[in-house]
Amino acid sequence: MSDTLAGLLTIGAVVLVLAAVYVPLGDYMARVFERTSHSRLERALYRVGGVDPDAEQSPRQYAVAVLAFSGVCVVALMALLMGQAALPMSRELPGVGWDTALNTAVSFVTNTNWQSYAGESTLGFTAQMAGLAVQNFLSAAVGLTVAVALVRGFTRSHAGTIGNFWVDLVRGTLRLLLPIAVLGALALMAGGVVQNLADTTATGVTGAPVVVPGGPVASQESIKLLGTNGGGFFNANSAHPLENPTALTNLLQVLLILVIPISLTRTLGTLLDNRRQARTILGVMLGLLVGALALTTWAEVTAQSDAARAAGAAMEGKESRFGVWASALFAVVTTGTSTGAVNASHDSMTPLGGGVVLLNMLIGEVSPGGVGSGLYGMLMVSILTVFLCGLMVGRTPELLGKRIGKPEMTCVALYTLTSPVLVLLGTGVAMALPPTLDAMGNPGQHGFTEVLYAYASAANNNGSAFGGLTVTSTFFQVTLAIATLLGRLVPIVLVLMLAGRLARQGLAPRTSGTLPTDGPLFAGVTTAVVLVVGALTFFPALVLGPVAEALS
Amino acid sequence: MLTHLSRQGAVALRLLLALTVLLGVGYPLTLVGAGALMGDRADGMPVRDAHGQVVGSSLLAQRFEGDQWLQPRPSASDWDALASAPSNLGPSNAELLALIEERRTEVAEREGVEPSRVPPDAVTASGSGLDPHISPEYAAIQVARIARATGLTEAQVAALVAAHTHDRFLGFLGQPVVEVVAVNVALADLVAARED
Repeated sequence: MSDTLAGLLTIGAVVLVLAAVYVPLGDYMARVFERTSHSRLERALYRVGGVDPDAEQSPRQYAVAVLAFSGVCVVALMALLMGQAALPMSRELPGVGWDTALNTAVSFVTNTNWQSYAGESTLGFTAQMAGLAVQNFLSAAVGLTVAVALVRGFTRSHAGTIGNFWVDLVRGTLRLLLPIAVLGALALMAGGVVQNLADTTATGVTGAPVVVPGGPVASQESIKLLGTNGGGFFNANSAHPLENPTALTNLLQVLLILVIPISLTRTLGTLLDNRRQARTILGVMLGLLVGALALTTWAEVTAQSDAARAAGAAMEGKESRFGVWASALFAVVTTGTSTGAVNASHDSMTPLGGGVVLLNMLIGEVSPGGVGSGLYGMLMVSILTVFLCGLMVGRTPELLGKRIGKPEMTCVALYTLTSPVLVLLGTGVAMALPPTLDAMGNPGQHGFTEVLYAYASAANNNGSAFGGLTVTSTFFQVTLAIATLLGRLVPIVLVLMLAGRLARQGLAPRTSGTLPTDGPLFAGVTTAVVLVVGALTFFPALVLGPVAEALS
Repeated sequence: MLTHLSRQGAVALRLLLALTVLLGVGYPLTLVGAGALMGDRADGMPVRDAHGQVVGSSLLAQRFEGDQWLQPRPSASDWDALASAPSNLGPSNAELLALIEERRTEVAEREGVEPSRVPPDAVTASGSGLDPHISPEYAAIQVARIARATGLTEAQVAALVAAHTHDRFLGFLGQPVVEVVAVNVALADLVAARED
């Protein structure tokens, strides 16, 4: 079988599985957040937490709860990482330095999973499983809560509340993430992903000593992908044979990444009782994803770089068992969602391939985006599109029966501006400082792209890297942590404020003058808005980096 | 506002602790238990020699110095299993281009083949630095040299390589690959058996 046919069949297999689970999983997720009954375990958790699960929260209370939870999680995780030497199964490793601990804690709590450390040489098993893996669950659940709160803004009228954060958090974790994570971990273990509690030392084939690193890898791997987190147990992430041993586990990983963000559009359609709107949003997400996949795959498979031509194929930084096709697929999927796991070195990708995965993040992680964050991100883009269309035809913009007035648009505008400000400001400051030149792993335009990629990844909560950049200096640790934290929490607060405003409104009746927000035309305009906003904002930066490299 | 924040902070801390017990201890340890039932699969896929001694993992390449071994792909991390890493060299970096040419010359000389017959995976470092596989093409050009160094026939070496070559999974997933560590363990066993 030719590489091309095998590659296309692999993509076909992904589509087939996603299509099969789309309706059942999407509807299940709608029930998770709609049902009013509580399980015994959930009741126990609410009792421990001191939460009244039947009391709803105002948007302000909801936002305060998100912020309080995030703050507590960052502090607790920092303490765990810095004090790991005192924990069991620490593999005799010392505590992590304060700046690495800060960067890592912020990164995992915000669903980013940027990693300035190498897992196998830095962290013990307890820090990984009781610290990082727990945040892999909870940060994904936080994304879900915010998305659900925004959807409630659309479904409710004259309401002062948008749900209960603690209930949404617990349900998303226990009813959705945990069961799928268990199944995913079992499947990964069957495929050869390690799940034990000890490194093994042995005398190797040639007589030299060898180590087979161990650890609770499969359990962390499963939620790393399902929660669109992306932080690897080992430094090489999903390129590491013990994290991703076969082409089949690789396919499973791609599916785990995509399954919730894609199916959430069905959840939206079910909760809104508006399938056409859901299909329109899914169409925009898939259009952007397929476009990025086509460009990246073409550049990688046809070896569009000096190194790839010299070697005969773009195999630098890629694993034999995956090859170029499955590596390009993984790269696009991991950056189109805010996952950031990698099964190949993005730094060594062709200039165009690497540029497209960078753009995938810069357009705001909406193709299809992270767990929850992709859905609320795309809803924000939809509002922006409605507003622009309203300006063109001279009508008050409306989306799903809700008027988009000045206060609503203020939230959306600030949301849209947050990540570009953080990316461009961070990159600009870093480039102005002389030590940045020494931190770059590659000369010329590519070195600049490494820095741009770092801030794009942090501010958009992706977490993948052009890994040649050395980011262990306190400057990078702290500024990337700030970009990561603000890139997550500012948009969340704005989304919750908007959700509150929408919930308070009544539902405007649909008239002949209402601009239709479903169907191919609106999908096309929304896609254009995503690309134009992204392209206009970042065009100069992209020209200096990947575009210049591709053309030189 | 502040009292509300501190009250919510207390809820957050209590819930975080409870969920950590559930997700950070109960969940992974239950799966460790399940892994123990799966034998080698979830135990790092150990590979054993003829005496049943564990000599590494079939999933992790090792350093193989000497003409008697099937060579793995170049490693940016010197095959250190506690330091997995790619080279992260950019696609236009002159250093990478020089490395590729250097490796091509070296492999062509070592195997006594035309430089044009050296496949891409032989001149590029892998994503993990521990890639346990090479392409069937790279294995094919190594057979003659291994046979000379070990005293085995080329047919014997080729048969060993073929026994550890896998087609794409289900015919379409991934790439056809040869398992380097498994072949080398088999080679060592065969040579040892002949000497006995």
